[in-house]
Amino acid sequence: MKFKGGIHPDYHKLTADQPTVSMPLLKRYVVPLSQHIGAPGKLIVEKGQEVRRGQALTSPAGFVSVPVHAPTSGKVKKIGEFPHPLGKPQPGIEITADGEDVWCEEIVGHGNWRDLEVARLRDLIRDAGLVGLGGAAFPTHVKLSPPKDKPIDLLILNGAECEPYLTSDHRVMLEHAAGVMEGIGLLMRVLGVEKALVGIETNKADAAKALEAACPDDLDIRVHLVETKYPQGSEKHLIYALTGRRVPAGGLPMDSGVVVQNVGTALSCYEAVHLGRPLTERIVTVTGSAVKDPANVMVRVGTSVAEVIDFCGGLTGSVGKVIFGGPMMGIVQFNLNAPVLKGTSGILCLAESEISQFEGSPCIRCGNCVDACPMFLVPSAMGLLVERNRFADLGGYHIMDCIECGSCAYVCLSRRPLVQFFKRGKLEWREHLKALEGGVS
Amino acid sequence: MLMPTAILAAIGLISGLGLAIAARVFAVEVDPRQEEINDGLPGANCGACGFAGCADFSAALIEGKVGPADCPVSDQATRQLLGEILGVAVGESARKVALIMCQGGLSVAHKEGRYNGQASCASADLIGGGEKLCSYGCLGLADCQEVCAFGAIEMTEEGIARVIPSRCTACGKCVAACPKHLISLVPTDAEIHVLCNNTDKGAAARKACDVSCLGCKKCEKSFDEDPRIVVHNYLAKVDYRKPPTDQAVVEVCPTGALTVRLFDHQDQEQRPL
Amino acid sequence: MSRPVFTDQQFIISASPHVHSGQDVRSVMRDVILALIPGVVAGIWFFGFDAFRVLVLAVLGCVAFEMGMNRLLGHDSTIRDLSAVLTGVLLAMNLPSGSPWWLVIVGSGAAIILGKSIYGGLGYNPFNPALVARVFLLISFPVQMTRWVIPAGITTGLDAMTGATPLGAAKEAAGLGKDLAETGLSDALRLLLGNVGGSFGEVSALALLFGGAFLLYRGIIRWQIPVGFIATVVVITGIAHQLQPQRYLDPVVHVLAGGLMLGAFFMATDMVTTPVTRKGMLIFGIGCGVLTSVIRLWGGYPEGVSFAILLMNALTPLIDRYTRPRVFGQVSRKLFEEAPGS
Repeated sequence: MKFKGGIHPDYHKLTADQPTVSMPLLKRYVVPLSQHIGAPGKLIVEKGQEVRRGQALTSPAGFVSVPVHAPTSGKVKKIGEFPHPLGKPQPGIEITADGEDVWCEEIVGHGNWRDLEVARLRDLIRDAGLVGLGGAAFPTHVKLSPPKDKPIDLLILNGAECEPYLTSDHRVMLEHAAGVMEGIGLLMRVLGVEKALVGIETNKADAAKALEAACPDDLDIRVHLVETKYPQGSEKHLIYALTGRRVPAGGLPMDSGVVVQNVGTALSCYEAVHLGRPLTERIVTVTGSAVKDPANVMVRVGTSVAEVIDFCGGLTGSVGKVIFGGPMMGIVQFNLNAPVLKGTSGILCLAESEISQFEGSPCIRCGNCVDACPMFLVPSAMGLLVERNRFADLGGYHIMDCIECGSCAYVCLSRRPLVQFFKRGKLEWREHLKALEGGVS
Repeated sequence: MLMPTAILAAIGLISGLGLAIAARVFAVEVDPRQEEINDGLPGANCGACGFAGCADFSAALIEGKVGPADCPVSDQATRQLLGEILGVAVGESARKVALIMCQGGLSVAHKEGRYNGQASCASADLIGGGEKLCSYGCLGLADCQEVCAFGAIEMTEEGIARVIPSRCTACGKCVAACPKHLISLVPTDAEIHVLCNNTDKGAAARKACDVSCLGCKKCEKSFDEDPRIVVHNYLAKVDYRKPPTDQAVVEVCPTGALTVRLFDHQDQEQRPL
Repeated sequence: MSRPVFTDQQFIISASPHVHSGQDVRSVMRDVILALIPGVVAGIWFFGFDAFRVLVLAVLGCVAFEMGMNRLLGHDSTIRDLSAVLTGVLLAMNLPSGSPWWLVIVGSGAAIILGKSIYGGLGYNPFNPALVARVFLLISFPVQMTRWVIPAGITTGLDAMTGATPLGAAKEAAGLGKDLAETGLSDALRLLLGNVGGSFGEVSALALLFGGAFLLYRGIIRWQIPVGFIATVVVITGIAHQLQPQRYLDPVVHVLAGGLMLGAFFMATDMVTTPVTRKGMLIFGIGCGVLTSVIRLWGGYPEGVSFAILLMNALTPLIDRYTRPRVFGQVSRKLFEEAPGS
C-alpha cells in the first residue's frame, strides 16, 4: 500500500501515547466567523446578547458555508476584528464566559443515524458547523453532496496523520474508536455507499486494532495499514495507495468515485447526530521541543493559542517558531492571541536551533525535489521560473497541480523556499490566465 | 583560372538577382512617418504603454489605436511633436511623479516577526502580510526598484522605498508591482501628501507605526468648507484634483503622516521639510 | 509604548515547510570528496609524490581562484560549499601526474573562471568545470597533456618513465595494422588495479568503483547515469570487438581503461550540468556512452569521455525539456510534454 515520491522525515511523535486532557474553562473566547473554506456565515447575534454553549452565532451564507457556535455560555462582549491564525485580523465574536458552561436547550440527540433520512442527516451535519478536521476545513456537508454526474462507490477515511509531531487523529482513533466507526457508518449512509476503507499509517497499528475491534457488525468497513511516508495523508495519494485509482490532474476524489473524510470528522458527525452537539471543541496536539509539557489537549474553538500553550507549561526560552498545524504544511504565527480554529490539528513550538532557515542560494539541479514530489512535477524548474518572474511559463509545468506538501523544500540541498515560490507562482499564473481571457491586446 | 572565376561570377549574379527579386516580392509597406516617430519617442522600451517596446507603440500610433498621450514617459514637448507628425491634437496633461505613500521605516514601524524567505515583496506578502505589524506598509524588499526601468527608486537606510523624482517618468510600473498598492502617481506641483496607507482604526494604526495616519480627521476639519483632504476608512487622502496649498496644514497632524514633499527636479532627491 | 506581550518575542516568519532533511550542498560535496579518496590514494601509490603535488596545487588553485572571483564580482564567499575543493580534486585526477605547476594553475583558473564564475557561480554553469579545464588544457598544451607517466610507484624510488596510455597505444597499434592480441594491452587485471599509464586519477578502476558504490549507496548519485554510460560503451565496443577483434579492443578493456570509471561515476554525475529527471539521466548516460564509443573507436582521439560528457552537458536543457514527467493523474498521453503558452 504505497505511492511514489514523498519523503521520510523524522516523526517526533512525542505525544502519541499521551491520553487527551481537557483545558479548564477560561474567561474569554474569540470565535472567528471564517474558519472554513467558503463564505463566512452571517451574524445572527449582537453585542451584549447572552448565549449558551452550542448556540449558533452565524447562519450559513450560501451552500459552501457553515455556521459557527458559541464554545461556552456567556455574553457577547464585542463583535469586531481580531487576530487570526492566517495573519491579517479577521471579523470575530468575543465572548465572556459566565463560568456555568450550559448547553443550549435545543441541543438534544436526534436518535440513531440508521433511522434518519439522508437529507436530514446532511442538514444536521451542516447545522452543526462541521468541516474537515484534518486541517483543510472544507464544509463536510458539501463534500457529502457530490453532483449527480459523479457517482460515488467508496468512502475512504483518512487516519494517516502523516505530518510529523501531530497525534490528534491517533488519539481520536484510540479513545473514541466506537464513535469513529459509527460516524463512518453514518457517512456511508449519507453517501449511499456500501463499503468504506480506513487508511492508517503503519506507525499507528494500535489505532488500527482499536478500530477493527469496534466495527459494528452491520457495516462493511475495512481497516488497512498504509506505508508510513509523507504525504500519505494527501487525499489523492491515500486513494492511490488503498485502491490504485488515480484522481485525474486538476480533479477531485469524486472524479474517481471516492469521497475522503478525516477520522475526526467522522466522529464529530456521529456526535452531531447522536448527541445533537455542534462542533465547539477538538483535540489539538501541542508539541515541539520549545513547549515545556507537550500534550494532546481537548480545546474549545476560540481559545487563544497563548492560553493553550500556558496550559502546557508555557514556551521555553529557545522558541523560534510557533506553527498551526504540522511542520511540513503548517502556518507560522506572529501573534499568540490568535484563536484555535475548527481546523487546528496542532500547535507546534519549534526551538530556534531546530529550524532550518531558507537561503537565497541558486538551484544546483540535484534532482532531489524531482524524486520527492508526489505529484511528479519538476520543482527546481518551477522555482527558477518564479525567481526570474517568468510566470507565463509555469502552466507548462502544471503548477496548479502542486499540493504544497513541502516535500521538495525538505530535501532541497540549497534550502530554497520552494513552497513560497509556488504560492507566488500560482497567484501570478492565475492572473496571467485572467489576462489572457480578458483579451488583452 | 577561368572556370572558378566564371563560377564565382555566376553565383554572384544569381544571388544578386535573388536578392533583388526578394526585395520586391517580400517588401513590407512601411509608413514613412514610422521612423520619424520612432526617433521622437523616448526609446526606453519600458513597456509602460502596454506594448512590446517603442517600435510596437509607434506602429499602434500610426494605426490610430493609441494617441501620443498614451506614452506616459514622454514629456509634453515630445507629445506635441508626435501630434504634429500624426496630425492629431494633443491636450495638455500635468506632469506626474510616483510617490511611495509610506514613511514606516525600521525606526518607527514595528515588526511582528522576523521574515525568512524569498526577497520579494509580493512573495513576502503571502506570508500573513509580511513581518510588519502594519499590514499595509512598505516591506522594503524592492519589487518596485527591480521593475523600474529608469532607476528612479532606491531603498533607504530605514528599509523602505523612495522615489528619485528627477528620474521618474510616471510610467506606472511600480504602481502595479507593489503588493500593498501604496505607490501613487501624483502631480508634480502638489506639495502636501498623506504618506500612509493604513486603514485600521486609530489605536491599531498607532500601535503598528509611530507615523501612521490615525484617521482622526484633524486635517479634514481644518478646512471650513470644501475640504481638500478627506478621511475615509480611517485613512486621510489628499484630493489631488485640488490639492491643499498652505503648508501650515501639516501642523495639525498628530503623527506626521500628513507632510510636505516637494518635487524639485533640479535636486536629485525628494526634500522632506 | 506598550505592545501586546507576544510581539516582544519575535518569531521567525516563513512559508512552510519548517523542517529540513539536513543535507545540503556542503555535505554532498564532502561525501563526493570522500568517495574520491580511494582513487586519489591509488594515484599517489602508482605515481608517487608528483601526483600529490598536482593534487595540492589543483585544490589550492581552485579555491584561490574562486575566492578571487567572488571578491571581484562582489559576491559573498562560496568556498564554504566545498565545490571548489571538489573541482580541484577532479581536475587533478584528470591531469598527468608529471604536469608542470603552471599547467595545474592555468587549469584551475580555467575550471573556476571559464567553467563556473562567468556563468554566475555554482548552479548556473552549463558545463562540468573540471572537464572544461581538461579540454582547454588538452587543446592548448597537447604535448604536456599527453605526457603520460608509466607507474613506477612510490616504493621503487626510480624515476618513472613516460609512455602511452593503453587506449593510446591501441589506437596507434591499430593504425599501424598490428594485431592487438600481440601487444599485451588487454591485461584486464593491471587495468583494474591501475598499474598502467594514464592521468593520475583514472588509472585504478577498482578504487574508483569503490567510491562510486559509496555514492550510490548514499543516494548522492543515481544509477541511471553510470549504468547507462558504461552499459552503452560495453554494448557498442562489444559489437565492434566481435566484428573486428584485431582492430578493436575488448569491451572490458574499454570499461577499465581511460577515464571511463572516473567519468561515469564522478564527472558525468555532476548535478548541475546533468538532467534532473531519472529518464533524462538515463538518456544522458546512454548519450555519453554512444559519443565516447564513437570517439574512441573511430575518432581522432584515443580517449573520448571528456568530450562526450561536455557535448551531453550542452544537450542537458533539451533533454530536460523533453523528459518532463507525467503529472500524477494526467489524463492525456503525449510523447513530448508541451503545454499552453510554453
